[in-house]
Amino acid sequence: MYPRWLWPLTALPGVVWLLLLFLLPLYAVLGVAFGNVDPVLLQPIPAWNPADWNTSWFTHVLGQLVPGNAFWDVFVRTCEYVGLSLAGCILIGYPVAYFVARHASRTKSLLLILLVLPFWISYLMRMLAWINLLSPGGYGLRFLSATGISSVLFHLGVISDPSNYLGGQSFTVILGLIYGYIPYFILPLYASLDRIDRSHLEAARDLGASPFRAFWHVTVPLSKTGLLGGAVLITLPMFGDYYTPNIVSGAPTTSMIGNQIDLYFHGGPQPTIGAAITILLSAFLMILMLYYMRTIHRASREIPA
Amino acid sequence: MSQALAPRRESEFGYTQRLRGWLGNHWGKPRFLVLVTWSYIVWSIVPVLVAIQFSFNDSRSLSSWHGFTLKWYTSTNPNIDSVFHSAELRGALEQSMKLAGLDVLIATPIGVLLALGLARWRGRGSGASNFLMLFPLVTPEIVAGVSLLLLFSQLLTFVPFGTVAQLLGHVTFSISYVVVIVRGRLFSIGPSYEEAAADLGAAPATRLTRVLLPLLLPAIVASAAIVFAISIDDFVISQWLSNGANSTTVPMEIYDATRATPQPSTDGIATVIMVITLLSVVAGVLVYRFFTRGESGRGSAIDDVAGFGI
Repeated sequence: MYPRWLWPLTALPGVVWLLLLFLLPLYAVLGVAFGNVDPVLLQPIPAWNPADWNTSWFTHVLGQLVPGNAFWDVFVRTCEYVGLSLAGCILIGYPVAYFVARHASRTKSLLLILLVLPFWISYLMRMLAWINLLSPGGYGLRFLSATGISSVLFHLGVISDPSNYLGGQSFTVILGLIYGYIPYFILPLYASLDRIDRSHLEAARDLGASPFRAFWHVTVPLSKTGLLGGAVLITLPMFGDYYTPNIVSGAPTTSMIGNQIDLYFHGGPQPTIGAAITILLSAFLMILMLYYMRTIHRASREIPA
Repeated sequence: MSQALAPRRESEFGYTQRLRGWLGNHWGKPRFLVLVTWSYIVWSIVPVLVAIQFSFNDSRSLSSWHGFTLKWYTSTNPNIDSVFHSAELRGALEQSMKLAGLDVLIATPIGVLLALGLARWRGRGSGASNFLMLFPLVTPEIVAGVSLLLLFSQLLTFVPFGTVAQLLGHVTFSISYVVVIVRGRLFSIGPSYEEAAADLGAAPATRLTRVLLPLLLPAIVASAAIVFAISIDDFVISQWLSNGANSTTVPMEIYDATRATPQPSTDGIATVIMVITLLSVVAGVLVYRFFTRGESGRGSAIDDVAGFGI
């Protein structure tokens, strides 16, 4: 219907753009991470030819990634924060997505608008909002101490100072991460729950399954793709986050992998080490992605959509 | 209203029986879920409302309320960094708007053309191009920031940091969103309209401009609105590619303020940018609805809004 050359031609500008400004930059990271360092200025001397690659900086960073070294602690802490935040997102997000998909009838439109709203409010503003709430005398701080939540958290050892939430508390960082990323988790989950055919549930109930059994053996497996999709969608950026801990804590005791990378580029002297950490982080996230894609592939074969 | 009253009657039963009532009645209204959902919504919105409130605070405090004022927005007093008159905040607003506007103008056409190409090109390299297009969507922003920083500092050193580098970065990570939205629309309209036009004797150029383009217009408008909002909200790429004070955007200004001492004007500039983002999205939704009016087989306006989120 159209000349054969037309569609490759329309794709050309976009493909060239992405090759030059997405793929080439990734190569620049490799070149710097496997390059050398000027011994006086500590500036990177990148190696563009893979034959010249020097792996000593990369193995140096890899050597730091064993128990007992500083970088290992940061890695473990990052995994803990991301894991706990993900658990929090599932605990809060699943009931919300389930309710909106299954039970909200007349309020569904309103609820959906309210669920989408945070997408269009700047992430930085949403973090700034917590600075307002948790700074001395703020509404949030007063609410937490008036309801006794602060003293409960203090006695449980979750926070070390019930009047200072913004000075290096892991609790606040996890709260910030959940608050920041949960909208991105709920929406794909909602979409997959909303697609579930109710007759599957009716069939399970007719065949004598209890409501809980029907939920566990029908709804949960059918929402698996949305659950995993939402989890991946928030896990990838959370692993690269550095601004959330910086804004709501700012202390080295709550620093994540992203903070290490930020530090080696802005302030720290060695972009080479920063580039090596970036490669390790990307490789780690790539493994997560591959696992996700394999699971989705399997799920789509097991359950016909 | 009848549904709102119905569960109240259950309170005649005891607590445990009511609990059973929830679980037993699978299609009924489970109050536990209602409570969790609305608590979540309050928790997700109220902090932002408080931040908006304190941008009108007649005091430097962000925690205790001293009455209403507009001075943090409009004051020309040099001791007050007001949103519209302090050189720093005004500059940040202008930089954010400039980047977002240029991003829309560059990323939308490139993305629309790429979407057409990827949807219809079936030759060698099409699979790889498709893969390349999806990758920016799953790349953590810090990886994007590091890689572009190293590109412009080590390889393409003729690109100056600041507006130019920031714009190149923003466009790179906006193209894929345009492609995903426009390609979805391409698949849903299918080839039949263009085939009909061809049968009636329309030349390829006429089919593209008189048939395909009008049909794609809603998706193009929607993607432009989304690119604008993404660019306005972007923090990481703007920060990594800035050259210091001249290229500070609003999110960078907020970040710097939270690390020093945020003022009501910080809340104020965040509020201004939020209003601009929401207006652009609402305008996008309305234009989309206008262009797709009367089409069958599409969801409600709300599905469109929800679709705007993804």
